[in-house]
Amino acid sequence: MSLLTALARAQAVEAGRAQPLTTVRHTYLSDRPLVLVPLALAGEAAAPLAAMVGDDEAAPTTLIVNNPRDRTQRFSFVAELAGIVLSYVNRRTRTVEPNPASRGTKMRYADAPQLLVPNAGGLEFIRLLGRSTRFRRTYGQFAVHRSVPQLGQWLTFFRDRADHAGSAMLLALTEVLAAHWATGQSNLEDASLAALLGWIDPAEGLDGPRAAALAEDPLLWPPAGPSTDPSFDNEILAPALTSGNPRSLETALRSQLEPTWGLMWRAVRLLRALPEGASVPVRWAADRDVFTAYQASIMDGAALPQPRVDSAVAAAGRLDRLEREQARYDAQRALDDPLVMAEFRLAGEAFAGTVVAADPKRRDTSGKRPVLRPHITVETSDPVQLDPGMTFVSPARPAQTATVVEVDLPLVVLELAGGMGRKLTADEGSIPGLGEAVTYGPATDAYQPPGRLPSRDATPWTHGGPPAEYVPSDTDAGEEWS
Amino acid sequence: MDRLVERLDRLRGPVAPRNHNARTIAALTSNPGCARRGVLDAAGVNKGEIARHLGFPSGYGQSRFAIGRGNAFEAQVKADGCADLLHLLRERLGLSIPEVAYADLSTVGGNASREVRYARTRSLLARAAGDHDDAGTMFDHPMLRLEIAGYYAYLEPDLIAFRAGGRFYVVEIKSFPVIDGQADPAKVAAAARQAAVYVLAMRRLLAELGHPGDVVADEVVLVCPENFANRPTASLVDVRRQLSVLERQLGRITRLEAVLDALPETMTLDPAQPAGDVATSVRAIDASYTPDCLGTCEMAYFCRDECHGSTRALGRGVHDDLGGVDSVDTVLGLARGTRTPGVGQEEIASLLRFAHQLREECLS
Repeated sequence: MSLLTALARAQAVEAGRAQPLTTVRHTYLSDRPLVLVPLALAGEAAAPLAAMVGDDEAAPTTLIVNNPRDRTQRFSFVAELAGIVLSYVNRRTRTVEPNPASRGTKMRYADAPQLLVPNAGGLEFIRLLGRSTRFRRTYGQFAVHRSVPQLGQWLTFFRDRADHAGSAMLLALTEVLAAHWATGQSNLEDASLAALLGWIDPAEGLDGPRAAALAEDPLLWPPAGPSTDPSFDNEILAPALTSGNPRSLETALRSQLEPTWGLMWRAVRLLRALPEGASVPVRWAADRDVFTAYQASIMDGAALPQPRVDSAVAAAGRLDRLEREQARYDAQRALDDPLVMAEFRLAGEAFAGTVVAADPKRRDTSGKRPVLRPHITVETSDPVQLDPGMTFVSPARPAQTATVVEVDLPLVVLELAGGMGRKLTADEGSIPGLGEAVTYGPATDAYQPPGRLPSRDATPWTHGGPPAEYVPSDTDAGEEWS
Repeated sequence: MDRLVERLDRLRGPVAPRNHNARTIAALTSNPGCARRGVLDAAGVNKGEIARHLGFPSGYGQSRFAIGRGNAFEAQVKADGCADLLHLLRERLGLSIPEVAYADLSTVGGNASREVRYARTRSLLARAAGDHDDAGTMFDHPMLRLEIAGYYAYLEPDLIAFRAGGRFYVVEIKSFPVIDGQADPAKVAAAARQAAVYVLAMRRLLAELGHPGDVVADEVVLVCPENFANRPTASLVDVRRQLSVLERQLGRITRLEAVLDALPETMTLDPAQPAGDVATSVRAIDASYTPDCLGTCEMAYFCRDECHGSTRALGRGVHDDLGGVDSVDTVLGLARGTRTPGVGQEEIASLLRFAHQLREECLS
């Protein structure tokens, strides 16, 4: 939350319609995402009740558990879902392309799976379903179909990716929409997909507030899951379950799933209509790298175990990665989108202005060989807090870094490096000229050293000492699920 | 005190006061700044009915599957004289509990009246507290009470109280799962708030009998299903913070007199009155709406409607980001520079103007 977003919300109240928070779409959207709308039985930890799933709006598959408390039926639901998800994942592995990056595999998949769920509850459902299925075994006393633990592994993998800033493999659409539009209601109310879409794209003859008010009526817009409306549970679902008539149960559950299914695809169309940000394909390529590596490790049988709880070192390493990814994601978005850059400018972490003086031929002769390091002076009226030594990048010249040399507001002297060609004079147009309007924001690839963490075997006693090796056990495989 | 009770009775009108339970008492602490909620709750007004009367029915309800699961789990934990529970307390929490007896206080000789049950709970707890040794009894369904603004709210917890190491512990049984040692933080917080109400009620009861407050532990035992199974697991939850908030809130209720004094003497919220009159009366009591109210208070939809055009309706974070400026119109006026900032608004006004200019630049 920031002042800019808060102002946009105030504007949305006045306009009666959501206001844009970005000028481009920062999230990758697949041509063929797998949309999943899950429903769970109230009161249970993760008892699937029904799901609507598919990568084609016109042809969803509806999965229903006739008796949600029956273990066998539950596992057959999971096996059916696994069939759909795993074949969707496999279809993403049909074409490969050479990987231009120096690190990683030589080839990578040209595509990757993208799972879309309605809301944060959907993400949690994926986590719990993954957790409750990935330890199952396909042999022995508690044998399940072999697709069940595979689905568990993949769902756990997807859920983990969803924590990485900029990853688009598993998305909650309410979160994606709320990152692109500000509504005239609170965050809490934005968690309802129907209300959020009501503000962004109200139906004919309605405005945002009216559409959002209608969306609060569970008879018109059933909750987008996984929890169902309590009065639906009491008045419709309970009799349908006891009647033992699969037909009436299916009708009842479809009535709860279909409206959300439609909303999901409407949201996808709205997001597709936004132009894509310049760094979106870069981030999707990173997703494809991770997907390629994970798929390969599964095929080799070398996939790392997904323990119930991370060890101390693994958890710290993961947090460190997440933080650095978040910083890179924020900086990339700022370079792609002036409205995101505006957030940084408002916070004094970026600035815009005009070049009032330039020394394009300046060389740094302190080293063995002279290098070209032009200076420019920018006049800015932004409320910046700058110190010499800070580095910035301009969206107009992303390959060039600018280091603050001297600050005497409103004047800022910057030293430029990179992106000027190989000669000792800068290529034509490669550095900002006199009178040019420039914006400088946070550097995306500024080197941030990864945290220095001890090896697993050297976990200090303060963190419990070296953790025991994780070995899947029979207890895991036979864990009750009731 | 009597004057206050009389005043609250008049405010409620000729309808029976709505009984408090641990959940409603715990809710008193969720938005302590709200005078409206404070007055309505203290007067025992049926907020759900009032909200419906005013045209803002709240969609509260609990799924019967959730209720069923909760009851089944509780029955399982308590089965065979709390065999499961004892095992947990001994093995998991390492409490040394001697041979135990089990006393079900849900009826007393077939008499389920609240007063009779309260008296029985009181005498049994008094005897247990007077013992030098741990009496080793699990008290199921004790009847407790707590004084709220002159009324006794009777509390019937699904709880068991027992004594170990010279202290009483309160056990709260909940059916949300603890998966790999972690539970939904919001649900744990709600359970802790409720348990704090029971701890406070037990402390007050024992204090009347001359026992110090700390004879009831400020840690409660939370029993939940473990992972995806129905097997229970137990953990100790510290409720000291919740206890102090609760005590402060209950102490504050008497200070409602100041709020009430500012209201017209004859004011009433009797639901038999026309909706327009009731609405006027409700509006006379200040509310402090936040979007969180939607999940905790039956009046929330009415208050939200009333709050339209205020930045508070957009959430605390937005309200704070906008420098506490209350009205959306003022915010936009300051941002566009069409309104002169008031005293103390200069800084936020200049930030808003800059923010507005940036949005205009980027979106034009």
